[in-house]
Amino acid sequence: MSILGATAGELVKRLDRGDVTSIDVTTAYLEAIAAADGKVNAFLHVNRDKALEQARAIDEKRRRGQCVGALGGLPVAIKDVICTQGEPTTCGSRMLERFVPPYDAHVISRLREADAVLIGRTNMDEFAMGSSTENSAYKTTSNPWDLTRTPGGSSGGSAAAVAACMAPLALGSDTGGSIRQPAGFCGVVGMKPTYGRVSRYGLVAYASSLDQIGPFANDVGGAALLLETIAGHDHRDSTSVAAAVPEYSRTVEEPLTGLRIGIAKEHFVSGLDQQVEAAIRNALEVYRSLGAEIKEVSLPHSKYAVAVYYIVAPSEASSNLARYDGVHYGHRAAHFDNMIDMYCASRAEGFGAEVKRRIMLGTYALSAGYYDAYYLKALKVRRLIRNDFDAAFREVDVIASPVAPTPAFKIGELVNDPLAMYLSDIYTISANLAGLPGISIPAGFSQTNLPIGLQLLAPPFEEERLLRAARMFERETDWHRRRPASAPG
Amino acid sequence: MTTTTIIGLEVHVQLLTNSKIFCGCSSAFNPHQPNVQTCPVCLGLPGSLPVMNRRAFELAVKTALALNCDIAPFTKWDRKQYYYPDLPKGYQISQYDLPFSDDGALEIEVGGEGGGTRKIGIIRAHLEEDAGKNVHDETGRGTDSQVDLNRAGTPLLEIVSQPDLRSPQEAKRYLEELKLLLTYLNVSDCNMQEGSLRCDANVNLHIHQDDGHKVATPIVEIKNLNSFRNVELAIEFEVKRQYEEWEKTGKKMGEVAKETRGWDAARGKTVPQRGKEEASDYRYFPDPDLVPVTVSAELLDSIRATLCEFPADRRERFKGTYGLSDYDARVTVDQGQAFADYFEEVAGLCGDGKQACNWVTQDVLREMNERNLSIGEFPIRAAVLGNLLERIAKKQITIKSAREVFLELLAENPSRRPISSAHIDQIIAEKGLALVTDTGELEGVIAEVVGKNPKAVADFKAGKQAAVGALIGQVMKAVKGADPQTVRTMLVEKLGNP
Repeated sequence: MSILGATAGELVKRLDRGDVTSIDVTTAYLEAIAAADGKVNAFLHVNRDKALEQARAIDEKRRRGQCVGALGGLPVAIKDVICTQGEPTTCGSRMLERFVPPYDAHVISRLREADAVLIGRTNMDEFAMGSSTENSAYKTTSNPWDLTRTPGGSSGGSAAAVAACMAPLALGSDTGGSIRQPAGFCGVVGMKPTYGRVSRYGLVAYASSLDQIGPFANDVGGAALLLETIAGHDHRDSTSVAAAVPEYSRTVEEPLTGLRIGIAKEHFVSGLDQQVEAAIRNALEVYRSLGAEIKEVSLPHSKYAVAVYYIVAPSEASSNLARYDGVHYGHRAAHFDNMIDMYCASRAEGFGAEVKRRIMLGTYALSAGYYDAYYLKALKVRRLIRNDFDAAFREVDVIASPVAPTPAFKIGELVNDPLAMYLSDIYTISANLAGLPGISIPAGFSQTNLPIGLQLLAPPFEEERLLRAARMFERETDWHRRRPASAPG
Repeated sequence: MTTTTIIGLEVHVQLLTNSKIFCGCSSAFNPHQPNVQTCPVCLGLPGSLPVMNRRAFELAVKTALALNCDIAPFTKWDRKQYYYPDLPKGYQISQYDLPFSDDGALEIEVGGEGGGTRKIGIIRAHLEEDAGKNVHDETGRGTDSQVDLNRAGTPLLEIVSQPDLRSPQEAKRYLEELKLLLTYLNVSDCNMQEGSLRCDANVNLHIHQDDGHKVATPIVEIKNLNSFRNVELAIEFEVKRQYEEWEKTGKKMGEVAKETRGWDAARGKTVPQRGKEEASDYRYFPDPDLVPVTVSAELLDSIRATLCEFPADRRERFKGTYGLSDYDARVTVDQGQAFADYFEEVAGLCGDGKQACNWVTQDVLREMNERNLSIGEFPIRAAVLGNLLERIAKKQITIKSAREVFLELLAENPSRRPISSAHIDQIIAEKGLALVTDTGELEGVIAEVVGKNPKAVADFKAGKQAAVGALIGQVMKAVKGADPQTVRTMLVEKLGNP
């Protein structure tokens, strides 16, 4: 059985049994990266020697009979927005081209404790702003299923890396759908945990009240394993919640009985691709055959979600990105006349167009005279969106929907139409605004062989329910087992 | 035409916590090793997050309670956004529309003896993080400015007064009383040189014209006030300047933008500052990285339990318990808590509050100032001084002798060894200062003095009461520890009542 393309669970078992070593597994993935990433461009930075060094140390630990962590030598790819001590963390921006954090993010510490091998840094839209990974200052990542198409974004590099079998697991961040939408586009499992479930300490902030780190894997079990590793309270993040973390990887195999699945009528409207709709309807039939009850629910304020998001997220971003001023770290212009000019020139040179667009949007929305009409109003509508979900979840256990209105679009197709690009997150954004957990799982393919994702949402801190519901479907289908032709192995 | 001076003060106080307000770095004053008390959080590195220091919040609440403020049951953090090199995140975490406390008052004494007190309103007190410090090349060689972030993130309490102060002296008095209260509460060291207490003053005039109309001059904010004396001087200058400006231009409040001026202590004048305030929009919004703070009744009770006696209450108690005058009570208390504690210990030991106050506010204070010592460093501890004064009360020595012992105790202490009451015995013995009430010893001397001074004796006998004074003096000179009261009685008896 090949290493590449195996699930994380299978690999951990084989590592534990001693069938393979971490060196074997890490080498196989490094070779896969060498073979495939020239075309896919999922990675910004791969430190081969460092990865092998970690693999060797973990093998040595195991050989000595020492206790080895839950990931036991398994490689994990990291979105380049999560601080890792001594590793470049560019956020896909020229602004942080030479920035090397002096500290580990909380999730990186957790991965090290779990004996993961940090195999490389994945490409992303600059500062996680985008839905196609085309806003990276460094490279454009391709969708492994069709290299002329985008992998989605902003965590497109992580999704593509897992889809193309260049890593069994990856971390991404999700502010408006940045894990779930690329997972859907690339045919892998991607999950955004409840806001507060995973510490944001060390996650470079885009929109602090929406950002959440989550896992990518090629099956639900892998996502459960990785989430279990990174979830839990961290005193360094005031918004992190001190709630017990269930053993997701153990309970994931237990099906839910009497599952009530909600579908929102507002989700099946114009703009939704027919093939996507068909795949979702088909998925609901699978659930029905498993004894689930499908109920219609209403999310009347969901139509405002994109508008609310594009006020709240840019407002926070305009503030969060103020620190990149060329004074203490990051890009500083070579030529400037005075202090103000240094700020202006450094930021003009360091940021790309989409980042500038959102900084301007947010600065405007927070300005005196506009705050009440925009930011404050958006917060109120945000609350109404959450209330919709609270009401719906009194009727159902999970809500099913498409992940995105269409399968992966062409590279370049939407770059000049920001509004159309923003709409590709229409199904995912509400979960961030409401703080809910959501998962994207492979649920079919288009006629042109592009993956289609199914999204499931659950009430806050019900990740366990979400994973078990997703696994029920996965067990009955084999969409998740397909691998793109571009993948090595 | 009369004018009223309108003054409101904004005071920033660094709180005495061990660590900074949103991270674990030390908040100690350390200008000599720049940027060593820093971490990803206070450097504003990407990905770092703030976590509130509970101790800072508690000290802030304690102060607000002492200022009679209302404590909000729910408070939150906001970002105040502006660009400056000493502000690494591009925003300061502060409190905007829901400060943790508001609507308080501080009572100050105004005028001289019996001048009464006035309540100065406190609009609000809120908590925020301090910025770092920009260090500019002051040699004129024009090298790059540098930034020291040791101070960035130090907990800062901003206390905003109502425009209730009516003179530069009142402003100074308010600051003195506030500083005294803060040091009593032990929430700040209030060291203006080190920047742990900073003050800005908002000043304007109400000009009451003869026709009954009132005109307000434009409000000016004065910055760079680094001592209470400078606050007083700057406001004095500003009052004059604004009046002259009004006479010249007739400009009223609202007709020109609020101006910020800096105090130039060397030239003794306020000068216009490049306006950071100009059309500033700080784009405040709630900080999404921090959770709102709810203040429970239990927390308030536990903080209230840590409150000490306030200076104003202590002055009143000193007047009642020790019979001090307004003036004495003020001098004793205003020197600070340790000084007032010293006084109380001395007064307790000698059983004479007035005597203790005289000694402490005159002799001790004078010697402290001469030697540049704090009361904590003063070599004669309260127990020893109390012992010395007790001997006066018990008529073992005279006040004059006690002064001699006091000075001797200080003089013979070059090595700063601890001074004990045993030293007092030693000095009294060596100098023969013990009060002589032994009539046998005195009789001989009195007879001798009477014999030598026939003129004074004649004068006394002729009815000149005062003449006995000269005789007493001569006896006292001859017998060092003679009790003047005993000597007088014996002399009068010997000479026979006139």
